[in-house]
Amino acid sequence: MNSRLTRRRFIKGVIFSGAAASTGASFYLANAQSGQSSAERLVTLNINGRNRPVDVLPQETLAHTLRYKLDLTGTKLGCNRGECGACTVLIDEVPNYSCSVLTHNVKGKTVTTIEGIKAADGTLHAVQQAFIDENSPQCGFCTPGQVMSAVALLRSNPRPTRKEALQAMSGNLYRCGAYEHYLNGVMRASGQLA
Amino acid sequence: MPSHDVMPNMDLYQPVQVEDALAIADRLAERGWLVGGGQDTYGWLKDRAKSVEALIDLSGIESLRGIKETADGIEIGALTTLTEITGNDLITQRYSVLSDAAGRVASPQIRNIGTLGGNVSQDVRCWYYRRGLDCYRAGGNLCYADTPEGMNREHSLFEASRCVAASPSDTAPALVALDATMVIQSSGGERTLAAEDYFVGPAIDIENTTALRPGEILTSVRIPSTWANATFYFEKVADRNSWDFALVNIAAAFKVSGGNIEDSRIVCGAVQCTPRRVTNVENAIRGQAKNSSTAESVAAMSTDGARVLAHNGYKVPLMQNLVKRAISA
Repeated sequence: MNSRLTRRRFIKGVIFSGAAASTGASFYLANAQSGQSSAERLVTLNINGRNRPVDVLPQETLAHTLRYKLDLTGTKLGCNRGECGACTVLIDEVPNYSCSVLTHNVKGKTVTTIEGIKAADGTLHAVQQAFIDENSPQCGFCTPGQVMSAVALLRSNPRPTRKEALQAMSGNLYRCGAYEHYLNGVMRASGQLA
Repeated sequence: MPSHDVMPNMDLYQPVQVEDALAIADRLAERGWLVGGGQDTYGWLKDRAKSVEALIDLSGIESLRGIKETADGIEIGALTTLTEITGNDLITQRYSVLSDAAGRVASPQIRNIGTLGGNVSQDVRCWYYRRGLDCYRAGGNLCYADTPEGMNREHSLFEASRCVAASPSDTAPALVALDATMVIQSSGGERTLAAEDYFVGPAIDIENTTALRPGEILTSVRIPSTWANATFYFEKVADRNSWDFALVNIAAAFKVSGGNIEDSRIVCGAVQCTPRRVTNVENAIRGQAKNSSTAESVAAMSTDGARVLAHNGYKVPLMQNLVKRAISA
């Protein structure tokens, strides 16, 4: 892990301490019950089954918090406008674009990111393994989002038809274009493809 | 235009009661911005094409969610998501034109958070306007789309007045077809508007697409039993099957008796700034057989009065064909 003291970590450190310094004097006097004053910045989020306290700006998106404050960089930002799906995470088991959800909207909810998908012993999720077996990813940038959409589908519908899978995956763009490979992966993960 | 990865600074209010939301909306007036699912909002703010002092996040107000049966039909909370509407038994059984429309909006992820109130209140998609140019709708004094060089293939055929932007909503035509009533609250009380009057064109108000005023919140939509279990038709034509806004969409309801049309509602979206009821066709087919020869005979009149721009002429036969399909289906 020490070898991973990378440029990214260094930059993140600077951003984080900058944010901390600027918050010192300006906590809002919050009255969360009536909502009559602006949202309190210090919140605890349930991410991948762990409680994560974090200082969140009022306008901050979930993708921003995950990537730049919680070091969960598996969630990718493609368009940052809800038009590509790379940032898909599960909020209370439902797939959402984390670039287009305010972090303050997930207080009290459970968030699952790509980092929370594999088993505790490191075994890949069936969807991840099936995507490998079907050569689904090419450049791989959209893959975390594709995995999250597929996992959400199979949790609510373990044996989807190919059409249902197509529908469920239709909110995730794939620049490399081999959508069929992801669909094959979903069908394989559901045990319907030998 | 510079691209921004982060949202600009703003305050965020998260009321959990309608009364508190109304008080905040009243106090902030034009300095506040109501947000439900936020899928229209965040793009405006990230692009710096519009700015706001504070967001009033309505998504924590439980009383604005859900679908319930009433003495005369159903009432849908404005914060009900499009996914909830798509899968609701009351709606799929009695008002399937609305669940079909909601199911064709954007992408699954957007439907999971996007609300009915937001879908009908979203701003127009004219790219010049959304880029932050000072067009009529943005308070300026010209239109960039309605020019010889303007890219206007997605713009209006009807009722343009300076601004030629088209209604982007898929659920709005369905609500107009169902004679829905929009329930609007403010700190002064409640008022209701017919869905048809909720949507406002540029001749009346060029800067807003709805009749909502600062301080007001659309709290629910009531759908009367008038059209329950009617024969419905919804179709959306777009460049892509996912995400995309309609080039033209149609929501229609028919009361059919012995093969004849007793009454109907035929409403097209994306052809003017508001959902367009095709009343001349509704009148012409009253009492006629619901079949393809009736459809053939009235399709052309559905676009009477269309004023075609440089690149949207294809919408005329597209709309005629959708009207034809709705009647013959």
